[in-house]
Amino acid sequence: MAQVQVQLTNVTKRFVTKTLGDIVAVDDFNFEVYEGECFSILGPSGCGKTTALRMIAGFEDLTEGEIHLGGRPVSSSRKNLYVPPEERDLGMVFQAFAVWPHKNVFENVAYPLRIKKVQRAEIERRVKEALHHTSLTGLEKTYPSDLSGGQQQRIALARSIVTNPKVMLLDEPLSNLDPHLRETMRFELKELQSKFGFTIIFVTHDQSEAMAISDRMLVADMGKIMQIDTPENLYNRPINRFVHSFLGESTFLNVVIKDGKVYAKGDMEHPLDLEAPPNAESEMIMATRPNAIELTADKGYQTHVQTRIFLTDRTEYVVPIGNQTLKVQTPHRITFAQGESCSVRFVEPMWYPVEDPEAEKERQRRQLI
Amino acid sequence: MINLRRNKDLAAVEGRRIGLDNVMTALAFVLLLVIVVIPISMIIYNAFFHEGKFTFNLIVEQLTRSTTLSSMWNTIKIGGLVTLFGTIMGVFYAWLLGRSNIPGKKLMRSLFTIPYMFPPFLGAMAWDLLLNGRSGYLNRWMMQTFNLSSAPLNINTIWGIVFVEVSYYFPFVFMQVVSALERMDPTLEESARIAGAKQGTVIRTITLPLVVPAISAGALLILISSLAHFGVPAILGFSQGIFTLPTRIFAVISRSGGSFEGIRQAAALSILLVVVVALALLLQRKVLSSGGYDIIKGKSMRPTLINLRGARIPLFILALVTLAVIVMVPLIMIFLVGLVRAYGLPLIPANFTLANYTRILTTSGTLDSIKNSLILAISAGIISMTLGTLIAYVVQKIKPRGTGVLEILSVLPYSIPGTVLAIGVILAWSGSLGINLYNTLWIILVAYIARYLSFSMKTSSAALLQVHPSLEEAARTCGATHTESLKDITLPLIRPAMISGFFLIFLPAMREVTTSVLLYGPYTRTLGVQIYSLRDAGMMPQAAALGSVAIVLIIVINAIVNAITADRKGV
Repeated sequence: MAQVQVQLTNVTKRFVTKTLGDIVAVDDFNFEVYEGECFSILGPSGCGKTTALRMIAGFEDLTEGEIHLGGRPVSSSRKNLYVPPEERDLGMVFQAFAVWPHKNVFENVAYPLRIKKVQRAEIERRVKEALHHTSLTGLEKTYPSDLSGGQQQRIALARSIVTNPKVMLLDEPLSNLDPHLRETMRFELKELQSKFGFTIIFVTHDQSEAMAISDRMLVADMGKIMQIDTPENLYNRPINRFVHSFLGESTFLNVVIKDGKVYAKGDMEHPLDLEAPPNAESEMIMATRPNAIELTADKGYQTHVQTRIFLTDRTEYVVPIGNQTLKVQTPHRITFAQGESCSVRFVEPMWYPVEDPEAEKERQRRQLI
Repeated sequence: MINLRRNKDLAAVEGRRIGLDNVMTALAFVLLLVIVVIPISMIIYNAFFHEGKFTFNLIVEQLTRSTTLSSMWNTIKIGGLVTLFGTIMGVFYAWLLGRSNIPGKKLMRSLFTIPYMFPPFLGAMAWDLLLNGRSGYLNRWMMQTFNLSSAPLNINTIWGIVFVEVSYYFPFVFMQVVSALERMDPTLEESARIAGAKQGTVIRTITLPLVVPAISAGALLILISSLAHFGVPAILGFSQGIFTLPTRIFAVISRSGGSFEGIRQAAALSILLVVVVALALLLQRKVLSSGGYDIIKGKSMRPTLINLRGARIPLFILALVTLAVIVMVPLIMIFLVGLVRAYGLPLIPANFTLANYTRILTTSGTLDSIKNSLILAISAGIISMTLGTLIAYVVQKIKPRGTGVLEILSVLPYSIPGTVLAIGVILAWSGSLGINLYNTLWIILVAYIARYLSFSMKTSSAALLQVHPSLEEAARTCGATHTESLKDITLPLIRPAMISGFFLIFLPAMREVTTSVLLYGPYTRTLGVQIYSLRDAGMMPQAAALGSVAIVLIIVINAIVNAITADRKGV
């Protein structure tokens, strides 16, 4: 296994707010990021992802726990240690680019080297190289205000790679760009990573972006880590209902389990064509993806098509099941007319316990902060 | 090695934040204590404590005098009338030059800000020369021409004072409203038209209500300035025994010849003036209470202009006449009287001479006053700019405990009349606390800094709000220390605001009279004080000549400022 670059141990951050009382922004975070890895922290707003990143960068101190960068402790409540951001040797790209408007492209990129008192000729050489890698060659004397958002983001990137840092922190760096540009930049980012071999910690709320770019992802909700895994596993084996709904499209069905058979809530006469999971509770939530449901003429639970929507690359059906409705997506070649009877079959669904209603309230409270 | 870095980090952690922030915060508090809190506390102490005991006697004693009551009434009357007429005039011209198709809008708009730069006491002097009840040039001309037995117009009245103050204070409202009209989203008015409202209805029901916050802000500035104003009532009112609280305080101080009893009376009067100002502020808030609207966008847009049709040319002429009356007439008058051999002689070329100029430019007292004003204005500008930026940084970026107190303390002197501030400075820094700065330039400098601190604090605050925190953070991740990121990123970004903050202080400080007239000593006359004293001594032509010099200085410096700020890269 590759060497550990970033390590968080029992990291907790508590804020005291005037209106909403104490808030645990980051609750007992434990994870490791390996050399050369692209690791994303993903979650809705208020999940603590930005706070976690800012603690790694050193803009926030932690309340409890310890952070190591490259084996060196940089924040530790136990040792009462806090290394300021400028001594952590990181690269960082911000959501708002944070390109200095009073410095031209060259001066922006040269700044970290000037701070390190690098020789003039060496600065010239390294800035030139960084600009070359970010396709900014020729724009040295231009001021950021004359450049597009994509170009400004490239300045920020060039500025962060020019010192050749081991770890690169990215705080939603693509969310200020238009969708097309976002894809290009995502690709360029991976290219740069493979060239320079730095470790990326990427914070985002955009699940498709995170899945496209990451080797491993951390999904957080309300200050707690939900799951850390590869994109495939997170999508296929989400540990709970939240992770399931956060990554990709989900359909949930409230089910009742009786005598080893599974019934959709509201219809205790026709069981679903499924085996009950081991150690099942009597009521559960069955989670699946709309495109992982088979729609056939005969095999499975008998129902009919309530609504049919023709989309660009798939057809979407809404079918009633028990007292609920189910969203099903199929390739165009499978066609049912509106009102036509059909059967549904589920492929490897996930099973979750019924959610505590308090959790939703807490989530909303945190969104206000 | 490891131990060393541990210790350094620990030091940083113990303060929770980096040491520099703590130093700046402490500095901000100490400076405001010395500059603002001490003088104000000294006034309160001297007005309410006699021989160490709390008493209302001093205040009551003042309140039972008819002179005090009439001064108070005059202050309130003048303040109210100036605010009323100044606001009407400001709103009218803002609308005319901002939203109608009147010719030459752009030029007119910059011309209408000239009265703002014109020192009001010079305007008062010019009008006194023209319309003095006994000897005004215009009055004598009219008496001769129309065979009148008495002067038809008399500027030495309450209405005369109101007229002159309105001329120079209406730009407060004018500038606020023009910029609000400029930034207003035109679709707000357009949708009212679509909804069926006529042009006039739109102005009444949409445009005006939306600019109410701007009007109210401008009116507040007029009110505070007028209540605290010294120059105009001093020049126009003294001869007729018309006093306002600021001029009454001045009279008490100068009559007592600097005795402590006089200063204590002045302190009691100061409290009354502060109460009047505070009541006015409260009233204003009640009358014009209005929440901030978010409809005014930062971006400049092209609003629809209103066609004045037949009224276009008459209104244009009205605007020109207004400018001529409030700017050109006093200006020409000051220049002409500065050239005349002796006051009272007809203003014809045969009576003109440059002797007044050679005399004032060879008198050491006058030259000293120019030098003093330059020294004071430059040092007050630099010091207030630095301190204002420091406090703004602490308030906007560090946000320590007590930020609110800091903010209030730094803008407090702005709503405290200059006269009152001067009394506070005298009480604090003429020996009673062990430091005696009386009769030195230092005491004037301290007063200027307190008076103008809020100007630079406001401009720097606005600029700092524009600097996104990630800009400094980006520098930190690039390896810059806190100090380096301040020096390389934040300071260069707010430098334009700091420079304009400097000139916002420098220009009014150059022509300051209100505080310096109470603080000057034999060798520390300022430009404004010198003009005032020359005039007081009956040397009108010399006073006018020195006034011309002051005006030329202000115009030249303003032109330089505009040239500097115009070609700066937009950030």
